[in-house]
Amino acid sequence: MDTVSTGGEARYDSRGLVELDEVIPRSSEINGDHATLDAHKLTTRRINLELRWLLYEQGVRKVTVLGPGARHSLGAGILTRCEITFEGSLGYFACGIIDGPEVHITGRVGWSACENMMSGVVTIDGNAGSLLGAGLRGGDVVVKGQVGSRTGIVQKGGTIIVLGSAGSMTGFMMQRGRQILCGDAGPGLGDSMYEGTIYVAGKVSSLGIDCVPGEWTDADTELIERKFRIHELGSPPAFEKFVCGKKLYNYDNLEPSERKLVL
Amino acid sequence: MCGIAGIIYRGGGGERRIGHDITLMLQAMKHRGPDSAGFALYREPGPDLWLRIKLADSNTARDLEFADDLRRHRAEVEARLRAAGADIREIQDVNEHTLSVRLGYEGDIKHLADHVESVTGAEVLSAGHALEIIKDLGDAQTVSLGYDLDGYRGSHGIGHVRMATESDVDISNAHPYWAYPFSDVAVVHNGQLTNYHQWRRRLERLGHRFASECDSEIIAVYLAQKLEAGSSLEQAMRESLDDLDGVFTYICVSEDALGMAKDDLAAKPLVLYEGDDMVVLASEEMAIRAVLDHEIETYDPYEGTVMVWTR
Repeated sequence: MDTVSTGGEARYDSRGLVELDEVIPRSSEINGDHATLDAHKLTTRRINLELRWLLYEQGVRKVTVLGPGARHSLGAGILTRCEITFEGSLGYFACGIIDGPEVHITGRVGWSACENMMSGVVTIDGNAGSLLGAGLRGGDVVVKGQVGSRTGIVQKGGTIIVLGSAGSMTGFMMQRGRQILCGDAGPGLGDSMYEGTIYVAGKVSSLGIDCVPGEWTDADTELIERKFRIHELGSPPAFEKFVCGKKLYNYDNLEPSERKLVL
Repeated sequence: MCGIAGIIYRGGGGERRIGHDITLMLQAMKHRGPDSAGFALYREPGPDLWLRIKLADSNTARDLEFADDLRRHRAEVEARLRAAGADIREIQDVNEHTLSVRLGYEGDIKHLADHVESVTGAEVLSAGHALEIIKDLGDAQTVSLGYDLDGYRGSHGIGHVRMATESDVDISNAHPYWAYPFSDVAVVHNGQLTNYHQWRRRLERLGHRFASECDSEIIAVYLAQKLEAGSSLEQAMRESLDDLDGVFTYICVSEDALGMAKDDLAAKPLVLYEGDDMVVLASEEMAIRAVLDHEIETYDPYEGTVMVWTR
């Protein structure tokens, strides 16, 4: 068990932006395959280095992070199956580009959480800021509070479940995947979406361009019941389904120069 | 990018360490703007009028005549204040280019401010019975140390760290903006306004002056003009959502209230904590955590939101 702390203050460049010469703190308490990382006094970069060190080099499979203090970019880029619990809130870009982890955040997250996530599960007990699951590729994101604007912008897969309400332009330019919104949705729902499905249980203030109500099938019921069961969210409310109207698709139209060629 | 922050304490009798708290919040958001930092702090309102006057910029070239000019301008400012009918009760040189003045004055603040600003290089940064605006180049810690804000006590305040995108890096273009010529109103803003020139021309025709080229100053003067016409702060802020174009989130403060407004696109962040004894809001939650170490419930207000709290 290695509990040596390197101590010392972090160094920044003249603009205060970059932490130079960073070292792994190696200050976590490791107990078998479980570790507790006390982040109170660590900088963002040291917390992430420590997380990587625990998961990739120490064979730890379960990490509890104490005192994340709403710092940005925590838990980003973890590419292995593991369980991470953040006891508190995270800032922007929380758990971005992850592939595999099962993350539980007991507080709230800022903007752009789970951006470009590939697989795994992220559960957020509190609220989330705007741009949750931007460019999401796979995995499940569960928010028990409310979310800000543009949730799942250019989403390309995976499932976003929100128990509270969602802000404006939710599902903007969505390309694949599913969103299950148990509360109300703000104006411009599913604006310019290409594919994918948005389920809303509450009131929709307005639909975005080319977003239309969809036909309910047994597969929809099965999906929602399964997701609620897996994430232990109780019995699901009644949902309305929204899909792309495909009126904005103009791929069949030829450019004038192409039309000449065909003719 | 810019970072904005605000705190309003309910209770505490205007004796909270507002300068210290806003400094901590702004320093936590230093990465959002390292160009300049500014504070609008509110103490318990009294009968006297407080003015903060800038005599030169902190990055004005220090040439051979600089010290002499500054001395002469300072004396002129004093003379103009007296000529405008003010009774100078206290005058303090905060640093070589800034004055803090306490006045006995009952008249029109526009009349007073215009008198002061007729002196070369002079600019009234703030005027009010409770408000003082402190802004300068550098991060919040630097400004706070330079202006001795750690012990500043009050009931509410706002702050701003600036990443300049549209105008110069100097004190005039730093936030917060005083709502000339309306006493005790100040604004910080994160965003860009696209109908700046239209509003500037409109407001200039009504006799308002602009101290900078920064789009954010429009918001302060716009609100001042609405308040002068009899609107409430909340009403004026609500109307601003329709009248101002662009992307913006701003915080406006008056003698006894603090309000936030977010445009319809909701493209600029704001995180909010509402407690029984205080309301704290900032561009990033990190800033809120800098003053509240216990677990708190925070959220992002939605698009088109206007909220106002009184102390």
